[in-house]
Amino acid sequence: MRKMTKALMGMSSALVLSTAIPGLAKADELTLCWAAWDPANALVELSKDFTAATGTTMKFEFVPWPNFADRILNELNSGGKLCDLLIGDSQWVGGSAENGYYVKLNDFFDKEGIKMSDFAEAAVNAYSTWPKGTPNYWALPAMGDANGWFYRKDWFAKPELQAEFKEKYGRDLGAPQTWDELKQVAEFFTGREIDGQKVYGAAIFTERASEGITMGATSALYPYGFKYEQTGGKYDMNGAVNSADAVAGLEAYKALYKCCQPPGYTDSYMGEGLDAFKSGQVAMAMNWFAFFPGLYKDEKVGGDRIGFFVNPKQKVAASTLGGQGMSVVANTDNMDGALAYIKWFAQPDVQKKWWTLGGYAVHNAVLNDPTFKASQPFAADFLVAMNQVQDFWQEPSYAILLQAMQKRLHDYVVADQGTAQEALDSLVNDWKEIFEDEGKL
Amino acid sequence: MLAHATPTTIAVRVRGLSDRAIAWLFIAPTIALLLAINIFPLIWAVYLSFTNFRANRPNAEVEGVGLRNYQRVLNDPDIWIAMQTTAHFVFWTILLQTVIGFALAYLIDRKFRGHAFWTTVILIPMMLSPAVVGNFWRFLYQPQIGLFNYIVSFFTGIPPSSFEMLGSVILAPWAIIIVDTWMWTPYVMLICLAGLRSIPDYIYEAAEVDRASAWRQFWSITVPMALPFIMLAVLFRGIENFKMFDMVMLLTGGGPGSTTEVASITLKREAFESWLTGRSSAFAIILFVAVFGLANIYVKALNRVKQR
Repeated sequence: MRKMTKALMGMSSALVLSTAIPGLAKADELTLCWAAWDPANALVELSKDFTAATGTTMKFEFVPWPNFADRILNELNSGGKLCDLLIGDSQWVGGSAENGYYVKLNDFFDKEGIKMSDFAEAAVNAYSTWPKGTPNYWALPAMGDANGWFYRKDWFAKPELQAEFKEKYGRDLGAPQTWDELKQVAEFFTGREIDGQKVYGAAIFTERASEGITMGATSALYPYGFKYEQTGGKYDMNGAVNSADAVAGLEAYKALYKCCQPPGYTDSYMGEGLDAFKSGQVAMAMNWFAFFPGLYKDEKVGGDRIGFFVNPKQKVAASTLGGQGMSVVANTDNMDGALAYIKWFAQPDVQKKWWTLGGYAVHNAVLNDPTFKASQPFAADFLVAMNQVQDFWQEPSYAILLQAMQKRLHDYVVADQGTAQEALDSLVNDWKEIFEDEGKL
Repeated sequence: MLAHATPTTIAVRVRGLSDRAIAWLFIAPTIALLLAINIFPLIWAVYLSFTNFRANRPNAEVEGVGLRNYQRVLNDPDIWIAMQTTAHFVFWTILLQTVIGFALAYLIDRKFRGHAFWTTVILIPMMLSPAVVGNFWRFLYQPQIGLFNYIVSFFTGIPPSSFEMLGSVILAPWAIIIVDTWMWTPYVMLICLAGLRSIPDYIYEAAEVDRASAWRQFWSITVPMALPFIMLAVLFRGIENFKMFDMVMLLTGGGPGSTTEVASITLKREAFESWLTGRSSAFAIILFVAVFGLANIYVKALNRVKQR
């Protein structure tokens, strides 16, 4: 009898334990996963209103950018339950939709009266839809972003530099409008001594491991006329990816890297670029708009000392897309809570507050507000950038496609191997092989 | 007798169990653990290497692809470049660490004044975490503020900002070799020191009686008798450096371009960035067989040297 009692106690303990473990995720608690950066802090602040309104405790899992994709995609692939909500990169939408990692939100949006037409069209297309261009929504546009530029306005304003530049180039020293002008300005500053320090022209992205050099180089490739396909959806990349325009764009990016990047910036991305600018090493730097509010507030280089400009055009006006949508993770134990957060976040008033706290809302109530352009010194540029964004492949195989591009670009730009034409030809071959494996070619 | 008595006593206590059964009972948890965390993943990786499985496509149908993954890996020029980079790294680190490590051990073995203190100082790099070492040397190699460039500049007159140890295609592989040598030479030194201290003094005394020169003693006594230890150090460092990942990742991330992309970084990229799980499993199996095969050949050679 005693043996039987022990066995029953053991079994019941095991049963209680096994049911208790999933129960650790309380119904009134939500975990939101995102990258660790300035806007994430703004979201923590914003989410206090959600907690106040619903009583739901918000937990956050913020992963540093270089590890963000690795960490979160591992989590999704392994069926983990860490995240109820995920603000994931735009390139993840295709794979996450096809693999069932994200909840399709169409029915929910219809039921709650959330209209995608209330958000900027480019943002909806980039952050929410899969397949592209179809009204199948897997995320709510959460954070609009694009690659932009900032510069040392105080250096540009120095009369002696203004005079010297005008004499040399026959125009005023100001924010460059084209990639040709960008290189001229960068060369003008490189090697100069300002405030007792040797300075360089521009800090650009060269990072190899994740996505850095691709995001940087496409900021030159797109304006020069680079396209992924000759005909959308046909995967006919030959003549588009490796076109003469694309080659010229890649050569322009390498020329900028060679002439004007500070020494040692051979593997640099967001953090390194910000460091170079804040430490007074560079006259200009590229980075995501997401960092601009923080830069403007910076005591050393912000305020009147900093200016912003949209990615320069060349043949066409174009900017590299950043930004993310907010998705409900299909594996969540708190589906209702996660959907409630999305519903709350989609409200115009919340979106307006999101913008004031430093998040880049893409709700039309924010963007179309007459005061928006003057609300921040970079707000008008943000609007321009978001209207000309182009994004990397959003295919389910985006990770392999991205790795191939990272390798080819870094080999050419930083390691100085081969020509731009060879790099892009090789990239076409890499991508063809990937799409053949996918059965798309 | 006592050694036999203990299990017998246990056997008497645990009725119905033979000595053999008790022995199995004791080692069963270890074997289960070994099977779970070593053998099963290995067998699973072998299985995956013959499929098109991708870890980021859990819903996709897994199909057998025969030897296609192995063919692709072996015909991929990038993988062969990574293998060459690995071989370059392994060869030079082992050579430098063995020569410097043995020289240091030989010096320390002289038992000069303060040798214990210097031994401790030399061992410090080995005690640090590779992550710390990687970040630490990244700063040292920084062209504008890094100490390394200033030291080179001081001795050569080359401006410190004019060369980039981690950003140059030519210098980056050597930058990693320098760091690995700095960190792991003490380890080789320790093993060599154990070898040198195991040589009985009477052999040297007999050589002295025979009027053998110091040079002759070194080549005829010291080196042959320390050789098994040196070979052991080479084996340990060879295996470790063949799978080197953390330090290279922190220092260069495999760059510039793919200049320092050793096999383990390629493998990580294939497996966890491109998510080509089947193909990366095939690559892992090839690497495993290569290291296992080479290590076996080497161990046989080591045994022969020991028996001499």
